[in-house]
Amino acid sequence: MEHFFSLFVRSIFVDNMIFAFFLGMCSYLAVSKTVKTSLGLGCAVTFVLLITVPVDYLLQTKVLQPGGILGDVDLTFLSFILFIAVIAGMTQLVEMVVERFSPSLYSALGIFLPLIAVNCAIMGASLFMQQRIQMQPENTQAITGVGDCVAYALGSGIGWTLSIVCLAAIRERMAYSDVPKPLQGLGITFITVGLMAMAFMCFSGLTL
Amino acid sequence: MSLFSKENGAVFTGPLNLNNPIAVQVLGICSALAVTSQLKPAIVMGLSVTVITAFSNVIISLIRKTIPNRIRIIVQLVVVAALVTIVSNILKAYVYDVSVQLSVYVGLIITNCILMGRLEAFALQNGPWESFLDGIANGLGYAIILVIVGFVRELLGSGSLFGLQVIPSSALMENGGLYLNNGMMTMPAMALIILACVIWAHRSINKEK
Repeated sequence: MEHFFSLFVRSIFVDNMIFAFFLGMCSYLAVSKTVKTSLGLGCAVTFVLLITVPVDYLLQTKVLQPGGILGDVDLTFLSFILFIAVIAGMTQLVEMVVERFSPSLYSALGIFLPLIAVNCAIMGASLFMQQRIQMQPENTQAITGVGDCVAYALGSGIGWTLSIVCLAAIRERMAYSDVPKPLQGLGITFITVGLMAMAFMCFSGLTL
Repeated sequence: MSLFSKENGAVFTGPLNLNNPIAVQVLGICSALAVTSQLKPAIVMGLSVTVITAFSNVIISLIRKTIPNRIRIIVQLVVVAALVTIVSNILKAYVYDVSVQLSVYVGLIITNCILMGRLEAFALQNGPWESFLDGIANGLGYAIILVIVGFVRELLGSGSLFGLQVIPSSALMENGGLYLNNGMMTMPAMALIILACVIWAHRSINKEK
């Protein structure tokens, strides 16, 4: 239980997808104009993460690694292709669900909904999970089972949502401020994210 | 159309400056920020992306007439993922230390927006040679920004370039000198701010937009 909690809290604050690893920056910068749409995208990302990380974990440990159902064959070099296929398939599913149940969110997210498939945060979570499988089991950050994967994916998704909602709230206010012309839009957004990342650095001493 | 006609020249020079994938189109930011705390991984990353963009552009351009429109994203992802797997194994074989430093970011080239952006916007409409040039140019445009950010961060953050000490160690404060490395530069947060400064400078110089 303690292990789940540690994984969960650390992946929100310390190993935050945006502020520590810059994953999912493209849609992060492009969609964070209003709080409502960014919350929707955050939920979609969290949902896709929650499914893909455990599925990729099972694929990695049961199929690709030697000692799985295929005997002693080491297929880990295929992991990139398999992971991206799982992610692309899941995104398609989420897209259909959102279109059916919330057409307004569907049109607000526009092209960025199918682009979740190429959102680095999703692929990144699977690749970090792959690294963490190899850690020693006594390490608090090691992933040793499906439960750990769910805790890690949920934490990463919530961390991503938290940061995109914060940025959207700041940008809504910033629309009224006087920014030098060449810095407008993208430039000032980068500086804002940099300052937010500095604020999040204070969590790095957190030990759990 | 000749191989080095004026149109192809424009295809090649555009992404290097006026249409830079990072500074203007805002694509591929994730890895641009994460691998630039030192110069060497930044250059390796830039080169890998250049190679992958060029060859995926060529492959997709060659088969563009046979790909059904509905499943093109999946086809593109598979082509890119295969190329990334090859590059990742080459890096592991020849420059293992850099490949450890880059860790997951090599795999994340698959989800680099520059690749998908170029495939969708260019390779699906143009022939293989133009697509090859476009891929090389976009990769290099990306690499330039990585090198600039990596240069500033490594020089100011650890006082070295390519791992070689540039600031003499006798000048450092712990050895009785007056200079102190800015440890903040090696932190992720400063990468964003340096990139913002690069974009600022780029937009001030190219005012005509």
